[in-house]
Amino acid sequence: MTQVVATTAGLFPLPDWAKDELSRLKGHQKSDLVSGDEGPEIVDAYDRAREEVVGVQTDAGLDRVSEGQLRWDDMIAHPLAVADSVETRGIVRYYDNNNFYREPVVTGDLEASGDVAGELDAAAAHVDSGLQAVLPGPYSLADLATDEHYGDEAAFLDAVADFLAAEADQFPNVETLFLLEPSLVENAPGEGADERASEAIDTVASAVDADVVAHTYWGSLDEKVYAHLMDADVDAIGFDLIADHEETVYNVQEYGTKDDVALGLVDGQNTLVETPETIRERVEWFVEQTDGDYDTVYATANTELFYLPQNKFEAKVEALADAAAIEEVEA
Amino acid sequence: MTGPREQFRPEDHDNDHFLLTSVVGSYPKPKWHDRARELFEDPDADFDEHNWAEAKDDAARLITQEHERSGLDTVVDGEMRRNEMVEYFAELIDGYEFNGRVKVWGHNYFDKPSIADEVEYGEEWLVDEYKFTSSVSDRPVKVPITGPYTLARWAFNEAYETTEDAAYALADLVNEEIERLVDAGCKYVQIDEPALAQYEDDHAIVGECLERIADGLPEDVRLGLHVCYGDYSRIYPEMLDYPVHEYDLELANGDYEQLDVFKNDEFTKDFAMGVVDAHVAEVESVEEIKDNIKKGLEVVPPEQLTVSPDCGIKLLPREVAYGKMENMVQAAREIEQELDEGEIDVVGGQTASAD
Repeated sequence: MTQVVATTAGLFPLPDWAKDELSRLKGHQKSDLVSGDEGPEIVDAYDRAREEVVGVQTDAGLDRVSEGQLRWDDMIAHPLAVADSVETRGIVRYYDNNNFYREPVVTGDLEASGDVAGELDAAAAHVDSGLQAVLPGPYSLADLATDEHYGDEAAFLDAVADFLAAEADQFPNVETLFLLEPSLVENAPGEGADERASEAIDTVASAVDADVVAHTYWGSLDEKVYAHLMDADVDAIGFDLIADHEETVYNVQEYGTKDDVALGLVDGQNTLVETPETIRERVEWFVEQTDGDYDTVYATANTELFYLPQNKFEAKVEALADAAAIEEVEA
Repeated sequence: MTGPREQFRPEDHDNDHFLLTSVVGSYPKPKWHDRARELFEDPDADFDEHNWAEAKDDAARLITQEHERSGLDTVVDGEMRRNEMVEYFAELIDGYEFNGRVKVWGHNYFDKPSIADEVEYGEEWLVDEYKFTSSVSDRPVKVPITGPYTLARWAFNEAYETTEDAAYALADLVNEEIERLVDAGCKYVQIDEPALAQYEDDHAIVGECLERIADGLPEDVRLGLHVCYGDYSRIYPEMLDYPVHEYDLELANGDYEQLDVFKNDEFTKDFAMGVVDAHVAEVESVEEIKDNIKKGLEVVPPEQLTVSPDCGIKLLPREVAYGKMENMVQAAREIEQELDEGEIDVVGGQTASAD
């Protein structure tokens, strides 16, 4: 029997009060963004904001609870932006969005900072069960960064994967780890790189004792990239059904998928809130199309959720939780 | 001469040559104007709608006259009545709603609206602004309007199948507004489409929007298009087919690296070239601006060249903004004089003249 698990891909918008408070405490310039050594007032504001977004998820009844990644000023480049041997330089566009992050430039041997583990420790205090960690996938993180140290693409990807594995190794107990890999779609790896991308995901996945989802978005994967990704030892691959459901279904029909699957069913970049019924219909449609007998379907937003205003973010979280609840009643 | 341009030549213009001087639109707001807004938004303050309207009139009069004093041939009120280029229009158009701020980067936020329903013409947008500005200036008034593609692209789209559909619906409203402006006497409208620089592949959609906007407008109404901070090679020369008279482009910021883009195919419309940087808080010298203007003459002959800042200059300190305009106008007048005297070789438009 398929279990529908309601979750998100993390990276939430700050509550409005925290937008004001943190903008006052931190400022508006490049140099004011999170560096990993914030002062006590800033730490306290983020602690309160984190507790609030954890509450939003648990009140809604989400099955997996994310820490929210509220401190990730540089979006999924955050773990590098706060690491040693990394300089943050100019502001660059975040994929095709009207959002910007600081370009992380790696200038020396990468070492884990424990920054993300620290956030999870803080969240764990407010979460009884279902804590979910979120990290950039190694391919996407290497894609967003600039290497001035390792010298070649393959060596850099390996180093980024080892770095993320060392970060993950410090995590408290988590139920699930989402590895966000939009670059597999947006800047697809070519011959050889596709295989390495899959191996790099393996490296990170094997560092945690949790279910690992390699989540892709902003389109469907190239066939070959998908075929290689299937070799990675992850529990589920995540698909963006909002951006492209047809090619995605084709890939799964042709190459199969894991026993579990993650489906991006609500649009993380549009304020139109999907009804729980619509979300459930999308799950059923996918299962039917792919003739799947899945153990677990993770019902999630396709992208991160920071693109949304606070009220719509909360509404989408509720819709996802309600959609999963409908499924449970009828199953 | 392309399009209805000569009507903007001032009667007392001293030179035979005429380089139309203009601004993109936004201008720093006086500090007291920001204070007035705070008071208006403060429920505890004794500052009502009437006081706020008066503050906006005062600011618009002040900045329009500041433009006039700098010598500009066409003036704008500095967009004193507008808060932000999408928000202002979204508040007036039926169909939009606001749900709260979203992140752009760091703690810089944008109150990104949602198109929650089919858009309809709601309250009037700019006719009062135009009438007021005209009433306080002897110079012709240019009206900048955020373009339909940007109004669609920089909003959440809940109501339309595609961004393209939303843009076309908005284009019809922009057309309606321009007709109202024209009825009120307006002769110079600039469509601002910064989102085109972000999604160059959509240039055909912007073209179709402009067809709808230009539909039925009298021939003596000058239509411009402003685009900034993009890769122009991806929209040029295709953009020359748009039904506008003038293209206002940011180029000083990139130190004219992209100028060659416009030399491969003849620039058949008017070229409004950015000759001062909107994001450098130092006033360029007259000499430096003259050198920049000469770069424009490598692309078009003088009768097709408009001289303008790169973009809206609202983020500059006000005295710097004024200094840039004043020097820009002086530089244009000196270049005209040198052209009159045959001291400059014009190569623009492949029609080398002079001696």
